[in-house]
Amino acid sequence: MDTNQHPYLVLALLMAVAVGFALGPLAAAWAWAKFFSPQKPGADKNAIYECGLESKGDAWIQFRSEYYLYAIIFLVFDVETIFLLPFAVAFTSLPAGAFVAILIFLLLLLEGLVWAWRKGFLTWK
Amino acid sequence: MIDEGLKNQLHKQGIHVLLLENAYNWGRANSVWPLTFGLACCAIEMMAASMARFDLARFGAEVFRPSPRQADLMIVAGTVTKKMAPLVVRLYNQMPEPKYVIAMGACAISGGPFKQGYNVLKGIDRYLPVDVSIPGCPPRPEALIHGIIMLQEKIKGQKLTGPDRPRFLKAEVPGDYPVPAYAEDDLEPSKNPEVWHPPLIKR
Repeated sequence: MDTNQHPYLVLALLMAVAVGFALGPLAAAWAWAKFFSPQKPGADKNAIYECGLESKGDAWIQFRSEYYLYAIIFLVFDVETIFLLPFAVAFTSLPAGAFVAILIFLLLLLEGLVWAWRKGFLTWK
Repeated sequence: MIDEGLKNQLHKQGIHVLLLENAYNWGRANSVWPLTFGLACCAIEMMAASMARFDLARFGAEVFRPSPRQADLMIVAGTVTKKMAPLVVRLYNQMPEPKYVIAMGACAISGGPFKQGYNVLKGIDRYLPVDVSIPGCPPRPEALIHGIIMLQEKIKGQKLTGPDRPRFLKAEVPGDYPVPAYAEDDLEPSKNPEVWHPPLIKR
């Protein structure tokens, strides 16, 4: 076994040492825990929350399905901003057709806004 | 256990004997991780102790952990109100063993200047096994560092085997300490008789 004949032997050796370096302490910690320190689980120690308070209720709560309207209204303004900004930046070098296209696009989004407005979702209750 | 005389003899011949126990305790004592847990003004001194001027890192105790799962040492830094006491005990229960408690300042030791207050716990040693008490109001960072060195000495002296080994090595002793509950005007129970041994005062 000569490194001249096996040029990648060094890499394999390095790999083995690296894996041993990583796993050795873990194995030592595991062995130490097994042979020296007794396991003492408890209700408090196994609790999920760690700020001293006891957790109340369930983490799986339901959101009201009516919130989809706010998601839609957010989307209207969000998509508008994303497309309007590059349009405005390149506005002077665009042909007239692009202007018409973006107007139609805006109209589509505006339609959604008008619909939400007329349904009264924008009034604070 | 190796005989001290034999150890000295070997040492003269250039052979150093190190017990596994000593190596283990040396490592433990020099890497105490405190819990990031400040209750009142003593916590300011605790923060100062961990900063550059006083540099708690020199003693291996600078890694303040925000989770009790990763901490070895609870520095009860400040006034423990009766509202807070169950939370302190619960946090202590959540720390993995071996774990230690430093009562920092007059309030944590005895209630301090607020001892007569209706809402202040008269010392955290009513519920938790305090290893080191640091007097002062608040103690200077040097005092906290001294307390940590005292704790290190205590850790270095602990046995791994035998009947006088510490609590965390005894499998039959439960790990959780009872958490007090809020009652009408005091905590219920008002103390843990297992850990609280008040000095007998004779007048």
